[in-house]
Amino acid sequence: MEILNLEGTADTPKIILDKGNKIFEISGRSLPEDSAEFYKPVLEWIANYAKQPNPATEFVFKLEYFNTSSSKLILDVLSALEDIEGMKIEWCYMEDDEDMEEAGKEFSELVEIPFEYRAN
Amino acid sequence: MKFIYDLHQLMAANKVILIYEGDFTQETTKSILTMAERNLESSGEESGIKKKIFNVMVEALQNIVKHSDDAKEGENGHHAAIFLISHAQSQYSIMSGNPIKNENIPNLKGALERINSLDKDGLKELYKEIIKNTTISEKGGAGLGFVDMARKSGEKLEWSFVPMNDEFSFFCLKVNIARVKETV
Repeated sequence: MEILNLEGTADTPKIILDKGNKIFEISGRSLPEDSAEFYKPVLEWIANYAKQPNPATEFVFKLEYFNTSSSKLILDVLSALEDIEGMKIEWCYMEDDEDMEEAGKEFSELVEIPFEYRAN
Repeated sequence: MKFIYDLHQLMAANKVILIYEGDFTQETTKSILTMAERNLESSGEESGIKKKIFNVMVEALQNIVKHSDDAKEGENGHHAAIFLISHAQSQYSIMSGNPIKNENIPNLKGALERINSLDKDGLKELYKEIIKNTTISEKGGAGLGFVDMARKSGEKLEWSFVPMNDEFSFFCLKVNIARVKETV
């Protein structure tokens, strides 16, 4: 399966989705003006992956900031991951970033996927 | 030329650390964020406070960008908006002003009043409700940005509508971020 690899920019996150090497990670800042457009390839990739997923998947979110329009798309990403067997979310945040920790807890209340939290 | 000095004095008196007036795009948003970040970085502000300021700035700036099209339909030449940050002893204030159509005031007012009537848990529930039930294409996202600003601020949003003409009013918004964390 093709690897999705997007370099991070000042307003978009770095994204690596690599089935073969078992790397699934969204990191950095997400504040694009058009979040729907930006996350479209991510959602498409996940829809494809869902057809033949690895037995276990650990999907890592390591976000520094995200805007509210990204938050809806992050929920869309999580909803797309929800139906995949063996899915687990690793939600990373900076140790003193209570808002990001809280954001992870809120997302976890909106989808049925196990969340693990890691303070860096 | 005196207005240069007057403006300088006015900004100093109001502890304005950054101000931008003009047209707003995603590119201006990025530039303003970069400037503000550098400013906060050099002031050595606590990282939690910096992130809150950054978050509120993003929402305020993107609100202006999102709604600037509405104003451009008008012909009065008052398209430009304003964005500023002030830094007083005890708090930062992120302020914005942009023209909005008078017909949109009741909806916006309703959303802001609802937000200000809610406590911390109420805002959390409202945030979850909106994020679950709206699609991204809905312009303004049903006020999600304002809910987020209110949550990050922890204080009531301050706002006013200044009438410009029959069609437009100037929507002013002020969001405060306390410098010292509450010790609950």
